[in-house]
Amino acid sequence: MSTPLVDIRDISHRFGQLAVLKNVSLRIEPGSYTILLGPSGSGKTTLLSILGGFVNPSEGKVLIRGEDCTSTPPARRPTTTVFQDYALFPHMSVGANVGFGLRMQGVDAATRAAKAREALALVGLASAFDKKPHQLSGGQRQRVALARALVIEPAVLLLDEPLGALDLKLRRQMQDELKAIQKRVGTAFIHVTHDQEEAMALADHCVVMNDGRIEDEGPPERVYARPATRFSATFMGESTILAGKVSNNDNGRMTIATGTGSISLPGTSLVGAGLALAIRPEHLILGEGKSDTSLGTAKVSDVVFQGSFKRVLATSDQDPGLQFIAKAPASAVIQSGDKIGVSCNAGDIIQLAG
Amino acid sequence: MHRAVRIVSWLYALAVYAFIFLPVVVLVLFSLQSTSFPIPPFTGPSLRWYEAVLSDTRLTSALVNSLLVASISSLAAVTLGFLSAWGFARFVLPGSALLRGLITLPLTVSYLIIGMGLLVLFNWAGVPKSLLAAGIGHVVINLPLCFAIIYSQMGDHQVNIERAARDLGAPEWKVLLLITVPVMAPAIFAGFFLSMTFSWDEFVISFLLTRFETTLPVEIWNLLRSGLNPKTNAVGSLVFAVSIVLVVLFELTLLRRKPA
Repeated sequence: MSTPLVDIRDISHRFGQLAVLKNVSLRIEPGSYTILLGPSGSGKTTLLSILGGFVNPSEGKVLIRGEDCTSTPPARRPTTTVFQDYALFPHMSVGANVGFGLRMQGVDAATRAAKAREALALVGLASAFDKKPHQLSGGQRQRVALARALVIEPAVLLLDEPLGALDLKLRRQMQDELKAIQKRVGTAFIHVTHDQEEAMALADHCVVMNDGRIEDEGPPERVYARPATRFSATFMGESTILAGKVSNNDNGRMTIATGTGSISLPGTSLVGAGLALAIRPEHLILGEGKSDTSLGTAKVSDVVFQGSFKRVLATSDQDPGLQFIAKAPASAVIQSGDKIGVSCNAGDIIQLAG
Repeated sequence: MHRAVRIVSWLYALAVYAFIFLPVVVLVLFSLQSTSFPIPPFTGPSLRWYEAVLSDTRLTSALVNSLLVASISSLAAVTLGFLSAWGFARFVLPGSALLRGLITLPLTVSYLIIGMGLLVLFNWAGVPKSLLAAGIGHVVINLPLCFAIIYSQMGDHQVNIERAARDLGAPEWKVLLLITVPVMAPAIFAGFFLSMTFSWDEFVISFLLTRFETTLPVEIWNLLRSGLNPKTNAVGSLVFAVSIVLVVLFELTLLRRKPA
């Protein structure tokens, strides 16, 4: 296996008594778009700061291109950061902002201007060269920050919630552009967000973080379809979580007793072991429908119209502690208080490790 | 009734402003006197006393001395004040609040006490009375002021801007020079001009710490010992005019808000 571009080895970090990162290891491939996804307090931003050199980890190592960069200051490591508040230099023109990194490398003014113009053209802001940052809109400032970080050709570009300050429509639009720009320049991007839609749309490699640990990582399709843990099943998209106990195990098939009845699944867990099962909303079948596994009946507690579908919340009659989260077609006739049968196909049930 | 109240309030306002500005107005008016005594009746206007001031080498050299002391000591005060404000704002220091209190403490101590303290200290250290000694005294009184002004304007929003510069390869001195100083320029200029104003008409410290070469306020005091004449008014008006210019510059730089 080739050496990864970034190799994070056993990083732990504490702020005072508070452990924010607990033994995190992660490898980043060249040219990949990695998303660190997690709620606030999950340690994702701290991990990014450690990669950028703004924070020295309490333990562990960061290798970039095989070189130990753990305590290299930001100025001397091959990373640049796009800050959440963009951190443009307010007293300089957009062109001078973008050219700043090259100026620090001692590049002459003419080359600097040419490269800055090129970088601005890349982000679609060629005309803003002589403007001041305060004359630009939020989305435009974001692009300038991106151009400023890319122009010095870093090995890794770090983005700290880059779309957090934009309104929803602009965010979706910038999201597409970020991906396109990343493909064009081929630089590895590491992007921190708490927005799971952003993560699914952008990532080649999605890293789900919670409480200072990596819960799950892989291609977003895999993380969504087969989440490794209960946390990633509920944070990366929604899931209905069923708790169960293995009651019988025979020839690679086990029977699991749950609050709504028993379910037969392939697997080899020992009899008596506790299991958590997750089912994605689109896999729950409400009312009559072709399915092989019954989940009992439920009382609809809430229906929210979402445009292309209806989000349905229902409480199980057999297990009052269980709440189903399901997606029904926009045309479905269903309302609060309805009694419905709930079922699914065994193949769509995800077995969770924790 | 309503009308009467309005008239009275106007008169009151007028009286307040007269109370504040009448001395200065009288000073300036009688500096234009054409006869030898700055007392009514007004016999001017005439510029003869201004001519007399400008042809008096003691006064003109004191004026140059004052300008030198004011600009150099203010430059030193604003530089040191900026660096200490940056240090307090950017680094976690043990006992930071206490140290910040200590650095601004001289603002509350009278100039007389500071002057006497410096006099004793310089005597002991063998530093002769000079413009340099007075300039050092002015740094002592103006540094806390510059610190307070600049520190109050140094917010967290500049932290990321400095980080970005470092991230793009700037060594620390370039971060300060190319990023922090320009971003903080309004506060820095405000501190500088206010220091200039205070140094320009400071008397007690200069009086205690200079001997042969001295500053304008001390020279004016020497002049006053031989009695009032329109020349003292003329030189006082000049001092006042320079102060006004400095205060206006201070207000323009600090109070002007750039669009965000």
